[in-house]
Amino acid sequence: MPRFLARRLGQALLVVAGVVVLTFAVMRLVPGDPAVAFAGPKATPEQLAAARARFGLDDPLPVQLWNYVRGLLAGDWGISLRTRRPVRDDLYLAFPASLELVGAALAVAVAAGISLGVLAARHNRRLPDLGVRLGSVLAVSVPVFWLALAMQTVFAGNLGWFPVAGEYDSSLDTTSPLTLWTNITIVDALITGNWPIFTSTLWHLVLPALVVAAYPTGVIAQMTRAALIEESGQDHARLERALGFGETSILTKFALRPALNPVLSLIALVFAYAIVNGFLVEAVFNWPGLGRYAADSIRSLDTPAIAGVTLLVALVYVLANLVVDLVQGFVDPRTRAR
Amino acid sequence: MIEVRDLKVRYGGRLVADVPELDVGAGECVAIVGESGSGKSTTLLTLLGLTPDAEISGHVRVCGVDVLTASPRALREIRGARAALVMQSPQAALSPATRLGVLMRRALRLHGRDGSEQAMARAVAEVLLDPEILRRYPHEISGGQAQRFAIALAVALGAEAILADEPTSALDVTVQAEVIGVLRRLRRERGLALLMVSHDLALVSTIADRVLVMKDGAVVESGPAATVLAEPAHPYTRELLEALP
Amino acid sequence: MTDVTPLGRRLPRLPDGFAALGAVLIVAVVLAAVLAPWLAPYPPDEPRPLERLLPPSGAHWFGTDQVGRDVLTRILYGGRTSLLIAGAVLGVSAVAGVALGVVAGYAGGRVRDVIMRVTDVFLAFPALLLSLALAVVLQPGVNTVILAIAVTWWPWYARLAASVAASVATRPYVDAARCLGVPAPLIILRHVLPNSLTPVLVQLSLDVGGVILTSAALSYLGLGAQEPVAEWGLMVQQGQTLFSTNWWVVTFPGLAILVTAFAFNVLGEGLRNALDPRRAVR
Repeated sequence: MPRFLARRLGQALLVVAGVVVLTFAVMRLVPGDPAVAFAGPKATPEQLAAARARFGLDDPLPVQLWNYVRGLLAGDWGISLRTRRPVRDDLYLAFPASLELVGAALAVAVAAGISLGVLAARHNRRLPDLGVRLGSVLAVSVPVFWLALAMQTVFAGNLGWFPVAGEYDSSLDTTSPLTLWTNITIVDALITGNWPIFTSTLWHLVLPALVVAAYPTGVIAQMTRAALIEESGQDHARLERALGFGETSILTKFALRPALNPVLSLIALVFAYAIVNGFLVEAVFNWPGLGRYAADSIRSLDTPAIAGVTLLVALVYVLANLVVDLVQGFVDPRTRAR
Repeated sequence: MIEVRDLKVRYGGRLVADVPELDVGAGECVAIVGESGSGKSTTLLTLLGLTPDAEISGHVRVCGVDVLTASPRALREIRGARAALVMQSPQAALSPATRLGVLMRRALRLHGRDGSEQAMARAVAEVLLDPEILRRYPHEISGGQAQRFAIALAVALGAEAILADEPTSALDVTVQAEVIGVLRRLRRERGLALLMVSHDLALVSTIADRVLVMKDGAVVESGPAATVLAEPAHPYTRELLEALP
Repeated sequence: MTDVTPLGRRLPRLPDGFAALGAVLIVAVVLAAVLAPWLAPYPPDEPRPLERLLPPSGAHWFGTDQVGRDVLTRILYGGRTSLLIAGAVLGVSAVAGVALGVVAGYAGGRVRDVIMRVTDVFLAFPALLLSLALAVVLQPGVNTVILAIAVTWWPWYARLAASVAASVATRPYVDAARCLGVPAPLIILRHVLPNSLTPVLVQLSLDVGGVILTSAALSYLGLGAQEPVAEWGLMVQQGQTLFSTNWWVVTFPGLAILVTAFAFNVLGEGLRNALDPRRAVR
């Protein structure tokens, strides 16, 4: 285990290094001059020169990369050209809201996806199975921004069941202000016992979380179904049948755990995908997360901010993969022995 | 304990097993012998209703239950609790992510038996295993241990009959002897009925009272083990005997 | 994790009804896109101020948009854009990815390690994200979308080809060929590439839906195709404020994306189940 851990960590670090270099390269591709973007079109040559010096744009590229890496390590992710604040601070505000949305969506997706997968496997090639398979392909094929618009229009606009946009009713900020601990609104509201904001956030979460959950639910349901069907065709399922267990308990008591192994590694992939899918959903529901920050930054060609978002999501992805690989060893005793 | 009359098993119209008569009483051991594909395993699985895609006709009574007409529920009640299966590939037959003790406790609870640590330890000790094995995963034990644990499951559940499908063919010779020893003792002490499928005549001669020889789905010869093995009537049986080392 | 079994030896199971449904839909979508100039009842980019936002009717089956263009016509032409993007992205990705992957898998050792770590880096960026960053720094447009998505898509093919190549490289007949002094490029051409073909084809059919969704998302964000090009994602974006009052402007382009992605996804899955049952959902 320790050797496996060290090798896996080393790999992750290499990938992180590559991610940083690639992000830097993408930033340097910018056709415009970042100094102009920062100083403004009417800046005097002196102001431009000052801006160039400030961002180190006159240095040779390797030096710039070195400075960039040093900055990142010291916690300096650059200054946003748009908000004029450190990108790190902006991300620190936006990321928790995205986590909240994606976390809620994945919780729904894991619960629904696994249950639907079990249902489909239990009724393999009969009506419930066909329904689940059809539904899950539809869920992975639907354009998420369009689904978001449709849900918003129907359930928030026409029917008025849910709020149209936002993270919570902003008038609550004056009546019951929220104390921040984690920056994740729903968690902070819960631990500080701020029920008005908690219920309001929960209510605002329903539609966007369901939309973000569509894709992972479909993928997890398909995967669970396939893994369960394979598992229940194994020799051990025959012994379990011979011991008198029914099909449902064979699936849920014996087949599910080994079957969850591939599902688990899928979740890391789906997690990053859900964050980016969340960007589009955030844009529709005006959710104050990374997606909205990214969209605003894109509109103003704010390269440091875009680089920051890109880097952050890539790091989250690498981390999620690492965690899943490690956790897998604990879920499946066979991997642990290796 | 086991009573079969005119059993015919077909897959997609093709006859894969045709057994006119097969009886195993308490304390008896009957062996079905034949090469792979002869229909012997299918016959065994049919007795527990474990061949869902097959078309079956005839009469099969196991522990007093008419297997072919019984409800799924009634079938589940005799499986394991009264007639237990022991399979060929010992480790593959155990769910990889379940500790042996957990499997045994779930099976005991399922049939309303005593699932306490002591009861389980007793059953495991009966097949000469260390109760510590209950905390292990299947990949952490040997093939012989796995096979003895499968027998322990039958013991713990109080099964009256054991149906064993090539119980020793995946094991080393010394380990084979251990497993057969355990089966022989249980048969003597508990009056277990034992129906065994095997291609190994040498093994069969050491434990079986009666032998059925199957070829291409049909029973070509049957009778007391001593007679069949000493004076084989059918050429196929002679072939099998000559193949022995 | 990407251990691919050699294919072509097992008898394929027949594709089920889903795959057939997908195939039929794909034929319909492709025909509609190819024949758009003849099928479309109106010119695709001619604003008619007097016919703005007409609801669906006999004259305009899917209604008209905010500048009076026929929605059905633009959907037919939008299919051309989407299929062109998907074809270009996957063509570039598959050629570049398979070339690198085959080299990596056949050479093994250091070469393989380096190439695989590079794919790891690219795979750490979700396709839409890196495309987003690239689309920002380049000029928005169809070409940028193709480039941006292809940059994030090739590593999948590299990995796939690498694992096939690695397993082929250890076969006895390849060993024999090497001992006889057959040059590596010839071995790759004769033995490794043909073996990679089936899994790559399966992957291609599975990926079309994903590429179409990603390109539509980029267009929706304003980073993809630009007016007056007809593109489904762009149509949704331009009509989004009208959803509650003029539902047809947004609903039909979205359905077009859904149906097309669905068709390729079910076909891809059917092909995978038939040709490569052991490989799970990516």
